[in-house]
Amino acid sequence: MTSPKATNRAEEPVEMESVDPALKQALGDFKASVHAWSDAVYARPRSVSKAVVRKSWQLAAGWSLAALLIAGTMSGGYYEHHQRVVAAQRAAERTAEQQRQAALERAQKQAEEDEEMLATVDTAVSREVPAAMEPLAQLSEESTSR
Amino acid sequence: MAACTTLDAMTIGRAEENAQEFADVVQSHRPQIFRFLLASTRDIDLAETLTQECFLKAYRNWSSFRGESSAMTWLMRIAINLQKDHWRNRRMQFWRLTRTNAVDLDEASEWLPSGESSQEHRLLARERVQQVWRAVDGLSERQRTVFLLRYVEELELAQIAETTGLSEGTVKAHLSRALSRVRTELGGRR
Repeated sequence: MTSPKATNRAEEPVEMESVDPALKQALGDFKASVHAWSDAVYARPRSVSKAVVRKSWQLAAGWSLAALLIAGTMSGGYYEHHQRVVAAQRAAERTAEQQRQAALERAQKQAEEDEEMLATVDTAVSREVPAAMEPLAQLSEESTSR
Repeated sequence: MAACTTLDAMTIGRAEENAQEFADVVQSHRPQIFRFLLASTRDIDLAETLTQECFLKAYRNWSSFRGESSAMTWLMRIAINLQKDHWRNRRMQFWRLTRTNAVDLDEASEWLPSGESSQEHRLLARERVQQVWRAVDGLSERQRTVFLLRYVEELELAQIAETTGLSEGTVKAHLSRALSRVRTELGGRR
């Protein structure tokens, strides 16, 4: 049971339409337009196969896009990984080369030092003659000077 | 054995009666449910899908329908709930937004009843329809539902309240706000 007050309140929007003829006209046009649209769409022949084809087309497009994305991501990842491996190999080669070069230089320096030391020893040895051999050494020097 | 056969026959008879009854309901209410969903979503495919879902759900629960409200009110309630579920899911799944097939306002406004006398009248009517669509587009989901039930489906306030599960006062408040919006839109373009 609705009270008279409630009924009046419930009719307020309806009153609003009647007060404003432009609003009433617009609402009438709107209703008629929606009915016309709905009737036209509802009455049109429905093609199930068309809908299925479109759905399957959407599905195929979706799957293709997903596959493309996955392939792109994977190949990108693989390329990145490959680049890193190559860079690591190059760095290792460079380090090995540097180490080899350093070892070569070290060996060369060592050899030079050894050579120098041997020459010094030879000179020193040749200059230091035992006292017992001194007369012989003098003889040898004299004969050389003559 | 004979009793069993009689029971089976009665069950089958009742099921057939139910199916026939339901078919009649579909026949008489399907256009209206479709129209409401079309106006709510402006998406023909979505409206068709939701209409199908609505009647499927109704068929599954047909035995539990006790006739406390009219079949139309009951069906409309199912349709509104399905629509709400759809938008809720859509909000959660952002990517679905890109697949929307909603018809734009201009296209929706092109439909006019053939009764308009002159070209000028048709143009004016189209303009008015476009303005109302624009206002409807700016309404909240609930306001839109109430507005469409009142001014497109021409349901009484009590029926709208029953369908939406709102009180009559709330329905009235929503309608008032919706109408104000329409008036503003009409006033702004005049």
